[in-house]
Amino acid sequence: MIRINNFIIPLFSLIIFCLLWELLVWYNNWPNYKMASPSDLWPAFWKFKHLFLIYGWETFWRTVVGLILSVLVGLSLGILMGFSKTIRIGLYPILVGFNAIPKATVVPVIALIFVGMHNMNTIIIVILISFFPICVSISIGLSTLEREYEDILLSLGANKFEIFYKIALPKTLPEFFGALKVSTTLAFIGTNLMEIIEPHGKGLGHLFDSGKISADYPLMFAVLITLAVMGIFLYYIVVYLENIFAGWAIRK
Amino acid sequence: MHINIEKVSHQYETKQGMLPVLKDLSISIKRKGFTAIVGPSGCGKSTITRLVSGLIKPTQGSIFISNERITSPLSTVGMAFQNPVLLEWRNVIKNIILPLEIVSKNMTFNQKRSNALDLLKLVGLEEFENNLPSELSGGMKQRVSLCRSLVHSPEVLILDEPFAALDAFTKEDLWDVMHKLKKERDFTCILITHDLREAVYLADQVIVLSGRPASLQYDVKTNFNEEKKISDLYSSEVSQLLATLRKQIEIAQHKND
Repeated sequence: MIRINNFIIPLFSLIIFCLLWELLVWYNNWPNYKMASPSDLWPAFWKFKHLFLIYGWETFWRTVVGLILSVLVGLSLGILMGFSKTIRIGLYPILVGFNAIPKATVVPVIALIFVGMHNMNTIIIVILISFFPICVSISIGLSTLEREYEDILLSLGANKFEIFYKIALPKTLPEFFGALKVSTTLAFIGTNLMEIIEPHGKGLGHLFDSGKISADYPLMFAVLITLAVMGIFLYYIVVYLENIFAGWAIRK
Repeated sequence: MHINIEKVSHQYETKQGMLPVLKDLSISIKRKGFTAIVGPSGCGKSTITRLVSGLIKPTQGSIFISNERITSPLSTVGMAFQNPVLLEWRNVIKNIILPLEIVSKNMTFNQKRSNALDLLKLVGLEEFENNLPSELSGGMKQRVSLCRSLVHSPEVLILDEPFAALDAFTKEDLWDVMHKLKKERDFTCILITHDLREAVYLADQVIVLSGRPASLQYDVKTNFNEEKKISDLYSSEVSQLLATLRKQIEIAQHKND
């Protein structure tokens, strides 16, 4: 019953959302260049279904690869910062400052450094935009480990590594997955920033841009909805992994 | 395993400078003894547990366990704290075998599990083997924590106020669990507590520490009965003992005034 509810309730809320959206457009009598309605979207999808498949896949794999790499970067930095106070206070200002820079301004810089390497450029932007929440949550999780947790193992002569993988790492997993959910949605922003700002004929960002040029507003909305759907899909994959690895922390 | 704390002084570095917590403290605990250490809040009782377990080194003096000077953690020590610090992602049995994963790496899982089950039966939780800590009550968690501290058959058990956060009746239950464990298992025990009744009921020696920096103020034997019962706590003999200890605590509290 709970499993069915987990599927039915989100689906139901999505349908309500689409109905309200349709109603809003219909009631205000907006033309589709002002705001496309859900009923305009399907024709747009169908018309460009091959492009959606090709570009959607490009956006998707680059986002996933970027996300995986940002997990690696975020974890490594977070672990270093969690265990060494010197590294923590040394790196924080740089990381915070870096995160405060609008990533849209970094796109041309990256594109200039690695001219023509579109996949790599996109993945780098994804990493830059998504590693921060993971890094912060891991470093906080590790540095706030209660002393008693360490003591039960230290008093038996355990080494730092044993404490890390038997206690500190699993204990930080719920925070890690919380951050990963944030990073997942950020990752799509990263991919599309690159695809929209530096047009090079790849990904859904490019499709959005062509919609803009040809004033095909339903197409633009359809791209946005596709991105939202992919974001939701990836989010639920993270939820699935969370249930496997940190299910103990979820209250039933 | 007898424990000798010899002329130990210890101080911590704080923002306000050095903070002496122990001064010339000497305590001797006989083999298989059960010693309770009481004293005013913040007098350095927990420091003693960290010193005896080898987690920190004393600034001066030395600590011996069976004539061997402690300089680093020993795998023959078990510890339990006020906070049961169970690993929320492991079930009860896997929590209990944690120390074995460090000190007996060659043991098979089934051997570890059977060691843990023996203890679980002693504390009356055998049917909770596969439960997660979040499904247990406070008293049950503390029972599991006690099992974990004993699973590697330590020769010294250090208890740092393990019953302090429990309600009065659960506490008394746990005292009896402790009696049972002590009878079944062969260990020397140090108990840090604020509860004088607990000290008298569980231990055969009660030590009162003076206010900070702490040194030995009062040392009394409390084996008023071969097999202690809760009702013994209301006898006139024990009441008198408790009154004496209370008086000693008061003296210790006013030391710094």
